[in-house]
Amino acid sequence: MREVAIIAYAQTPLVRDCGSKNDVELVMEVVHAVKKQLNFTNKDIDFFCSGSCDYLGGSAFAFVNALDALGAVPPINESHVEMDAAWALYEAWLKIQTGHANTALVYGFGKCSQGDLPDVLTLQLDPYYTQPLWPDSISLAALQAQALLDAGKITEADMARVVQQSRANAKAKPTAQLKGDFTVEQLLAEPKLVSPLRRHDCPPVTDGASAVILATREVAERFHKRNAYITGIDHRIESHQLGTRDLTDSLSTRLAAAGAGVAKGKVDIAELHAPFSHQSLLLKQALGLDDSTKINPSGGALAGNIMMSQGLSNFGEVAQRIIKGEANRGVAHATSGACLQQNLVAVLEGK
Amino acid sequence: MSEKIEMIECPVTLSYNFSAGAAPTRFLRGMKDGRLTGQRSPLTGKVIVPPRGACPESGLPTSEEVALPDTATVITFTIVYLPIPTSKLDPPFVVAKLVLDNSDQTFILLVSGCANEDVKIGMRVKAVWKDQSEWDYSMDNIAYFEPTGEPPVDIEALKTRRLAEARQYIEKKAGSK
Amino acid sequence: MTQAGSAPAPDTVLRAGFDVGFTYTRMVGPVIGEFLAGLRDGQIKGIKGSQGRVICPPTEYDPQTAEECTEFVNLPETGTVETFNWVQQPRAKHLLQKPFAWALIRIDGADTSLLHMVDAGNEAKMKRGMKVKVRWAAERRGFITDIACFEPA
Repeated sequence: MREVAIIAYAQTPLVRDCGSKNDVELVMEVVHAVKKQLNFTNKDIDFFCSGSCDYLGGSAFAFVNALDALGAVPPINESHVEMDAAWALYEAWLKIQTGHANTALVYGFGKCSQGDLPDVLTLQLDPYYTQPLWPDSISLAALQAQALLDAGKITEADMARVVQQSRANAKAKPTAQLKGDFTVEQLLAEPKLVSPLRRHDCPPVTDGASAVILATREVAERFHKRNAYITGIDHRIESHQLGTRDLTDSLSTRLAAAGAGVAKGKVDIAELHAPFSHQSLLLKQALGLDDSTKINPSGGALAGNIMMSQGLSNFGEVAQRIIKGEANRGVAHATSGACLQQNLVAVLEGK
Repeated sequence: MSEKIEMIECPVTLSYNFSAGAAPTRFLRGMKDGRLTGQRSPLTGKVIVPPRGACPESGLPTSEEVALPDTATVITFTIVYLPIPTSKLDPPFVVAKLVLDNSDQTFILLVSGCANEDVKIGMRVKAVWKDQSEWDYSMDNIAYFEPTGEPPVDIEALKTRRLAEARQYIEKKAGSK
Repeated sequence: MTQAGSAPAPDTVLRAGFDVGFTYTRMVGPVIGEFLAGLRDGQIKGIKGSQGRVICPPTEYDPQTAEECTEFVNLPETGTVETFNWVQQPRAKHLLQKPFAWALIRIDGADTSLLHMVDAGNEAKMKRGMKVKVRWAAERRGFITDIACFEPA
C-alpha cells in the first residue's frame, strides 16, 4: 500500500446564504487556497476529483460548470461523484494506490440556500414506495432518533449535550455558522420541530465548499515535518428499504470501522459527519469510541453542514490537527443517504 | 381487476430560488441597461462573455470589465427542424455560436432576419434588441442577431488576430508593472 | 491552514425563482407491479423471502441473503407501529396538511416494515406498538398513495 497523506485543506466560511457567489466562485476560493498553500499549479496535480449534487441548486451539470475554477486547459485528469466529496477522496486515494497518480486535489461544494433542502433530499429515496409520500430528511432523521430513544440507547438530554458540545467547540472556529454557550436545560426547553427532534438537533442549511490535496510520502515530506497519513479507509452501505434496516444500530459504520482498523490504536480525535445530534451518539457507539476521544472539535455538522462536502471537510479538520501536533491519531467519517444508510470511515495517523 | 401494473407516472417538482454569482450579476446588470460586458482573464488576456467568474483556462478569477459592442461573427451554426417543447419558436430556425467583437469566447444565440439558408460561417451579425420596456436582467433582452450585410470574415484569421491582441495586452500589462 | 474567501454583500444579489419538473414514467417490474396492483384492488401483499421471512412492501430480492423473491402472500390491512415521529407543522409537499405522524408500520404477518403516515389526530394518540389500519384512497390507480394513510385501529 502506498502511503497517502492529506497535505493541504481549505474551507469557505460557513454561512446560511452565500449570496451572489455561484458554484464556480465558491469552488475557486478553496481550490486556489489549497494550491497556494503548497505553491502548486495544475502541473503538480495528477488527478482532480469532486463531489456535489446538482439537485441542491437546481441546475443540471453544475459540477461541469464548476470545472472553470480548476482551469482545465490543457485538459486535466478529472472525475466526479454525485455524493459527498469524501467519496471523491476515496476515488482519488484509489487512483494513487494504483500508481496512476502521486497527487490529487479533491473538492466538494453545495449551494443549498437555493433549494428547499429537506425536500430535495427526498429524491434520493425509493421512487416507488417512499419518495411519492415526500418524507423529508428531517422527518426520517426523527424516526431514527425516536427508535434510539425507545430502545433506551440515548436520552433527550444526551442529544442536548451533543448540541451543547458542538456550539462550544465551534467557538474556536471563526468561520463556523452556529456557536455559543448553552446549557442542557436551555436546549431542552425549546419546542420540538419534528418530534423528538428540536430545531437545534438538526443541521443548519449551509452554503460552502472545501478542498484537500492528497499526496504520496515523497511529496508530503517536502511540505510538513509531520504528516497526516491515511492508514485505513473503508465504506459500506445498507439496504435502500428503510423498513428492512435496524435503525438503532449503524451496522455499515461498524463494518467500515473494522475495515479501516479504528480499534488498532488510541483515537485522539474524531470528526463525525453527524448532521443530527442523535447520529453523533449512534456513530460514536458504532465506531467503538469512548470518552477519551474528542468528538468533533471543529463543531461538526451541527455548526455548519456543507452538503456534499462535510465529509471531506472532516478529513481536512483531522489532518490539520495532526499536522499541528494537536493529535496523533484520528478518525474521519462521512455519511450519505437517509438515516446513515452509507458510511465511510478512515483512520489518519501522524508520522 | 386483474390488469397488470407495468408503469407508474411519478412527476416531481422542486422549487428553487436561484442567486446569480458575482460575475454573472455584473453582466446581467449591464444587460438591464442594454450593455454587453465581458471580463478579461488575468493570465491569457482573453475576454470572456458571458462571464461566470473564472477564466476557464486558468481557473483564475476574472474581474476586469470590458465594454463590448453588440456586433458579432458567426463561428458555427445549425438549422433546427425539431419543435422544442419549451421554446416559443417555430422551426426551422438557426442557432449559432457567435463571438462578439473584441471578445474571445463564443456563446449560443439565435440568428434570424434572413433566410436560414443564407447563414454562413464567418457571417457578420448585429443584435436586435427587444423594446426597452421589456428589458430585464437577462440575455433575453436580445431577441436575435441579424446579418449586417458586411462581407463574411475568415474565422481562422479572426482567431489569430484575437490571440495576438490578448497576448499583446498581457505583455503590455507586464511591461507597465 | 483553512481560511478562504470573504463574506458576501447581500444588496448585490440577483435572484430568480424557478421550478424544475421531472416528468418520469417508471417501469415497475413484476414485483412492485403486483404490490401496486394489489393496492389498486384493495389488497395488501407481501412477498416471501429467505428463511420464511415475509417482506412488505415487497422487494425483488431478500435484503439479507439476496435471494430472489417470487412468491406473494395476501396480508391484512392492519399493522403495528414500530417507530413514529410527530410532524406538528406539515411542509407544503406533505400529503396531509394537518399534524400527523410518520411511522414504520409492520403489517400483520410481515417481518419488515412499511413507511407511511398515520392520521392520529393528535400526538398523544400515537404510541409505539399501537395497532393501525389502512385508510384507502377514494380512487385508486396502483400507486403507494392508494393507501391514503393509516389510522388508529
